[in-house]
Amino acid sequence: MNTEGPVIKVEGLTVRYGDNTVLDNVSFEVRAGEIFVIMGGSGCGKSTLLKQIIGIETPAEGRIWINGTDTTELDDMELRKIHMGIGMLFQSSALFGSMTIGENVSLPLAEFTGLPADDIESIVKMKLGMVELAGYDNHFPSELSGGMKKRAGIARAMALDPAMLFLDEPSAGLDPVTSAELDVLIKKLNEGIGTTMVIVTHELETIFNISHRIIMLDREARGIIAEGDPRKLRTDSDDPRVTDFFNRRVTEKKNEGMTT
Amino acid sequence: MSAETPYTIEGTNGGDVTLVLSGRISLDIFGDLSSRIDSIFDSHTPAKLTVDLAGVDYLDSSGALFLVRLEDEAQRRSVPFNLSGMSKEKMGILSLIDRQSLSAPSLATKERPMSIVEQLGAGTVSALQDIYEVVSFSGELFYDLVYSAAHLKKVRWNDVVSYMKKVGVDGLPIVGLISFLLGLIMAFMSSLQLKQFGANIYVASLVAVAMVRELGPIMTAIIVAGRSGSAFAAEIGTMKVNEEVDALTTMGFSPMQFLAIPKVIASLLVVPVLTVFSSIFAIMGGLIVGVLGLDLTIYTYIQQTMKAIEIFDITSGLIKSFVFAMAISAIGCQRGFKVRGGADAVGNATTSAVVASIFLIIVIDSTFAIILHYI
Repeated sequence: MNTEGPVIKVEGLTVRYGDNTVLDNVSFEVRAGEIFVIMGGSGCGKSTLLKQIIGIETPAEGRIWINGTDTTELDDMELRKIHMGIGMLFQSSALFGSMTIGENVSLPLAEFTGLPADDIESIVKMKLGMVELAGYDNHFPSELSGGMKKRAGIARAMALDPAMLFLDEPSAGLDPVTSAELDVLIKKLNEGIGTTMVIVTHELETIFNISHRIIMLDREARGIIAEGDPRKLRTDSDDPRVTDFFNRRVTEKKNEGMTT
Repeated sequence: MSAETPYTIEGTNGGDVTLVLSGRISLDIFGDLSSRIDSIFDSHTPAKLTVDLAGVDYLDSSGALFLVRLEDEAQRRSVPFNLSGMSKEKMGILSLIDRQSLSAPSLATKERPMSIVEQLGAGTVSALQDIYEVVSFSGELFYDLVYSAAHLKKVRWNDVVSYMKKVGVDGLPIVGLISFLLGLIMAFMSSLQLKQFGANIYVASLVAVAMVRELGPIMTAIIVAGRSGSAFAAEIGTMKVNEEVDALTTMGFSPMQFLAIPKVIASLLVVPVLTVFSSIFAIMGGLIVGVLGLDLTIYTYIQQTMKAIEIFDITSGLIKSFVFAMAISAIGCQRGFKVRGGADAVGNATTSAVVASIFLIIVIDSTFAIILHYI
């Protein structure tokens, strides 16, 4: 893992939908080359935070820097340049159903590089080979399984060799074996190419197997309740919300107002 | 493409040659580097080629692909090839490339373009299949409508009311506006001719008969097909894609009863009403031209309109609109249920619903014209 300075810096981020504050004054940094996991229970704002970082949504307050550029102050054209340097795997893979897998992967290459068609074809074959989908270039997304779609989504996200890759719930809806295979692939890409990975997940297997650092969000706290190495946090944290999550414990809550 | 290529070549022509790479070997210069592979071999004819990567600060997968291509070319030319100055990171990137995948044949071959004869055959088969599916769906729908008539409590009346609002109330402004303008145009254009014969008063008859018997039902049906038929197809199609229709089935509901029947009943109830409004708005459009351009009084225009329209015209127009409503809602639902795949399939179903509905409207209208001629 590369240990250079932060490639992503979030400072005082607050996200509101109407009167509902989802994230309140959140700050953290992601270092170059690390696998950084944003984790937490359902509805704690993990995906919201990811959308804020990549600039799909605008924060109510706070600043987000990507490679030293404050993305909250950029217009659409400038933000597009930032987007060309990052890759994103969406929860549903978001492959274009009317295009083959090969066309999905070649789309950014054809649009942004000006490479000749045979070079693009070579790169597409290489990317599909990297995610173990060699030969599937003429298949349509509807002909692939969930795990294959995720891998095709990673191949598309990696098409322009981005320095940063964002993955939203990569293991969601996958069986444990496919999920573990995906973890291996993510680790291989991180170690091989040095891509910084920001992953949103609540899969403990994934978190312990591949992450270098995590932040844990909490719905009631509306922000970060733990940050660091998940293996240490599991044993050393004093916060029961953190240890309960890592140890899959159910916290009993008082049923106020109920008579039995 | 970079102006300066980040390599130098050391060594003697025909002997050991070293390609010294430096800086960033990435996607930015991949095309430039790849296009120079042949010239590297042709101009230096190396007996042995070494690629020195010690000065490379950044190597991405495209850069690694260039090295693989270079090695493949060296092997093709039987030139011994080796890499030097490799770090752990660079080895890692190279190890990610699955060489077999670069020449792996596609597991699904692209369909070859069909000849005109094949296209004609495929189109005919597809059209016949489509007719079969529409007829089959119509039978099923008819059965469910009869069942609903016999079990009125099982009809989802809340949904019926909601669709009546969407199809009828929400559609009224656009139906009204278009019909009003249509009446205005018809009256204006016909007045130019009728004026010459001093038959101004017949402008009212022309607008009234044309709208009540033919154009009112057709225009309303076409607008409803564009607004609501497409919406039915898109709604059911999206539910199919999201497996919501499957969920209904597994929960014990009939998707036809749950999704199609409320839409069909709502359409059958409101399209005839919209048709009446359409004729009224068109007559109002004609009235404006009659009063302002032909010196007719409002009273005279309305009297002439009443004289021109017979109960038979109104009844036949309403029956037509009822049949149009049936066709539009049925086609919309059928196209929605037919969706397989993703977003593009929903788009195709929506387009197909509108096109097929308009085609059916014209066919039904022609059939009515023939039948009404002999009555």
